[in-house]
Amino acid sequence: MSSGFPLLSLIIWLPIVFGVAVFATGNDRNAVLARWIALVGSLLGFLIALPLGSGFDTTTSAMQFTESYPWFERFNVNYHIGVDGISMPLILLNCFFTPIVVIAGWEVIKERVSQYMGAFLVMSGIVNGVFASLDAVLFYVFWEASLIPMFLIIGVWGGPNRVYAAIKFFLYTLLGSLLMLVALIYLYQTSGGSFSILDYHQLPIPFAPQILIFIAFFLAFAVKVPMWPVHTWLPDAHVEAPTGGSVILAAILLKLGGYGFLRFALPITPDASHYLASTVIVLSLIAVVYIGLIALMQTDMKKLIAYSSVAHMGFVTLGFFLFNAYGIEGAMVQMISHGFISGAMFLCVGVLYDRLHSRQIADYGGVVNKMPAFAAFFMLFAMANAGLPGTSGFVGEFMVIMGSVKISFWYAFLAATTLITGAAYTLWMYKRVIFGAVASPAVERLEDISKREFFLLAILAIFVLWFGLYPYPLTDVMHASVDHLLNHVSNSKL
Amino acid sequence: MNFIPPDFAPASSEIFILIMVCVVMLADLGAGESRRYVAYLLTQMALLGCAVLTFLSFSTDVSQTFSGMFVDDAMADILKLMVYGTVAAVLIYSHSYIEDRGMLRGEFFSLVLFATLGMMVMISASHFLTLYIGLELLSLSLYALVALRRDSVVATEAAMKFFVLGALASGFLLYGMSMVYGATGTLHVTQLAQIIQSEASSKEVLVVGLVFIVAGISFKLSAAPFHMWAPDVYEGSPTAVTLFIGSAPKLAAFGFVMRLLIEGLGEMVADWQGMLIILAVMSMAVGNIAAIAQTNIKRMLAYSTISHMGFVLLGFISADSNGYSSALFYVFAYVLMTLGSFAVIMLLCRFGYEAENIEDFKGLSKRNAWYAFVTLLLMLSLAGIPPMIGFYAKLAVLQAVVNAGYIELAIVAVLLSLIGAFYYLRIIKLMYFDDPETSEPILPNSDVKILLSANGFAVLLLGIFPQALMGLSLYAIQNSM
Repeated sequence: MSSGFPLLSLIIWLPIVFGVAVFATGNDRNAVLARWIALVGSLLGFLIALPLGSGFDTTTSAMQFTESYPWFERFNVNYHIGVDGISMPLILLNCFFTPIVVIAGWEVIKERVSQYMGAFLVMSGIVNGVFASLDAVLFYVFWEASLIPMFLIIGVWGGPNRVYAAIKFFLYTLLGSLLMLVALIYLYQTSGGSFSILDYHQLPIPFAPQILIFIAFFLAFAVKVPMWPVHTWLPDAHVEAPTGGSVILAAILLKLGGYGFLRFALPITPDASHYLASTVIVLSLIAVVYIGLIALMQTDMKKLIAYSSVAHMGFVTLGFFLFNAYGIEGAMVQMISHGFISGAMFLCVGVLYDRLHSRQIADYGGVVNKMPAFAAFFMLFAMANAGLPGTSGFVGEFMVIMGSVKISFWYAFLAATTLITGAAYTLWMYKRVIFGAVASPAVERLEDISKREFFLLAILAIFVLWFGLYPYPLTDVMHASVDHLLNHVSNSKL
Repeated sequence: MNFIPPDFAPASSEIFILIMVCVVMLADLGAGESRRYVAYLLTQMALLGCAVLTFLSFSTDVSQTFSGMFVDDAMADILKLMVYGTVAAVLIYSHSYIEDRGMLRGEFFSLVLFATLGMMVMISASHFLTLYIGLELLSLSLYALVALRRDSVVATEAAMKFFVLGALASGFLLYGMSMVYGATGTLHVTQLAQIIQSEASSKEVLVVGLVFIVAGISFKLSAAPFHMWAPDVYEGSPTAVTLFIGSAPKLAAFGFVMRLLIEGLGEMVADWQGMLIILAVMSMAVGNIAAIAQTNIKRMLAYSTISHMGFVLLGFISADSNGYSSALFYVFAYVLMTLGSFAVIMLLCRFGYEAENIEDFKGLSKRNAWYAFVTLLLMLSLAGIPPMIGFYAKLAVLQAVVNAGYIELAIVAVLLSLIGAFYYLRIIKLMYFDDPETSEPILPNSDVKILLSANGFAVLLLGIFPQALMGLSLYAIQNSM
């Protein structure tokens, strides 16, 4: 479906324009104005993204809302954008989270407000661009550009060790993407001068180059997901990032890696993907099992959730490389649900951190006595993080485990251990923080969540429960595209 | 025997600038201490006049004059226009810097104009002798510029180093040229190509000559392992002069390489390709790795220049118009970024204070958010992050390299530029993550303010819309002789 109205472009550029407007408000004297412009911009960004969902045709796997204009003809690069069932939900997720982080930072961020708010808006637009790009150069531009605002967000508003974390984040991601750039240039050469991703899907590639291209893609996306053993930047970045940064990082930026696998690695190099699938699956299972155990040992709440993110994203890569519908759809559902749950978990930690300025589990205890409403929300999200049936966390993991049973019992067995470790690390943390006697005078002085915080957590709770009880709208949207992808991947391209 | 006067028209802008050099010197003599700006304004007018002359004479025809020693083609015109723009920007940026340091004198401007003339001759030369004359005119003016603050020990040392090594490089170049002359019997660029093609020359002697020529070129481009002078000269020179050395001469050097290696010795591509590969990889490695250890911003940018020149050489390796045009695009992008970066350094200098350490960037975003943002754009562009122009420059070169079948080279190049990203990020870190050590306000003149903002925007906008500049680069290459 291609309408005359450039809806998708608007979804990409509107937040960026508002972001620039927020920057233009200048220093902190205009902080109030900056906040309001940011809120209006992010809400508008979300509202105009809604027609993308309502106008989406779930019966086809073809690209929808496409737009294509020549960008620079010298290299045959086009401004070519469009969405299918895989990218559309991710764009909606991103547009949904932008107002969330703007509201979350509303009172907390007091320094350089316009830069903070502006960076999030610009990032939102850039990430939409990544999901919508159908041209490899356009994709790469958005992909790399998304590093810049996040680098600044971690580095400027982060914790004590923020510089190390920001530079590590930037360089790790850049390493992967630069190799991907070489792979894309190689594809441009072999395809006879095209940067269209859809052309690459049809391009036959001999086995040896396919392996190399796959490895280049794999490095780029595995760093972003992040998979074991290139995950070490994530805990550092999360711990040091401000709450809003952590939320966007976990909820949105990690999904870029997963999306990359579905858009690039699997369809462009299907034979290499099949050939190396067992390796990827083993790495994913290590993430699920081993990182789960590491999470158990953490004393810092944010670090714990960061490691649990790595473990949950292990399910995503596991699902992709099972090459069956349960696996891939389950992995997609897991991506969306992890977005809501990890976002909510980081917001909860942020609520505590704003009051006590500590992320150490040991500094808390007995919070339920002082913050009952907060404890209830945190309970729900902790349960969802542990994969309790009825929450969205269960659906994705269950589908991926179903998918892996079809391949091998042991894959499924190892993956299923997460239901135990996940529950252990999440609930143990919950117990130590929330229950027990009031641990210190600081905890004694805690006040329960404000209306603003209540509103944020309530909205997220609704989505976590909704997709847990009734995931059909989600799977329906992606069904046609996933089927098409599976068909495509099962055919050799040699 | 009739004397037929040569056709002066193709060289009109060179002749004009030579007249203007004399006018500037005389006017400055008469203007006296209080009216130093006269020389400045006259210099800018000279550049503007040259631009008009070059623009009016712009055509796709190739016209040769002075017995074929001088050529005027579209590539020369485009390169010259870029040189004028760059020199004009250098003067605007450095105006208040040199005024504060007592260098605002006629000598400065006449030397800059002489250097510009040298560059123009290099770009338009089609004979080894004219090439050499242009190169020496440029080099000697630069030596003098570096030494202009004669009571500064550092500057004098830098000038000595620059002069000795530069003279050595010129010696190499001349020796190589004499070998080539011995093998072929001609110094005309066009005839040379024909003679080598007809294989009427001794291959061995030619190759030996080529080695010396490539070594000489590498000196001038500051490509490793002939890069040693660059960090010392960059550090020792007054920043305004560093800016000049680091920017416009690279455009001329590009023209020089085109005339010498591609148009003259293009038939020997198989021989120089291998040399350039080694030079390119070494430059990128040495430049990027050594830059990490620098605490002096000018030294750091010198090493960054070395690594960028490695990338430019990479563009030549593919030996087709695609590769050459990407190298030209790269040079232009590099010049744009260098101009901006040094302008910011001069902005941080105050009266009696030289900003030289990377620590001087500390907390720039709190001192002045706008210039910090411009510097952010410049640094990201130098690191090759999209959507800045530096990314497209790298993309174009890498594409040409992969096209020529050197995919391993492309991988080495991206890995080395990953190392490079680190030290640009460090500047961003200092600007944005650290607190300022001084609260001294940054107060540039309004012309610097406008130009620097435009420079920053150009880095971004030419990155988002690179089509026109890429087309121009290709056009220039396709319409060279």
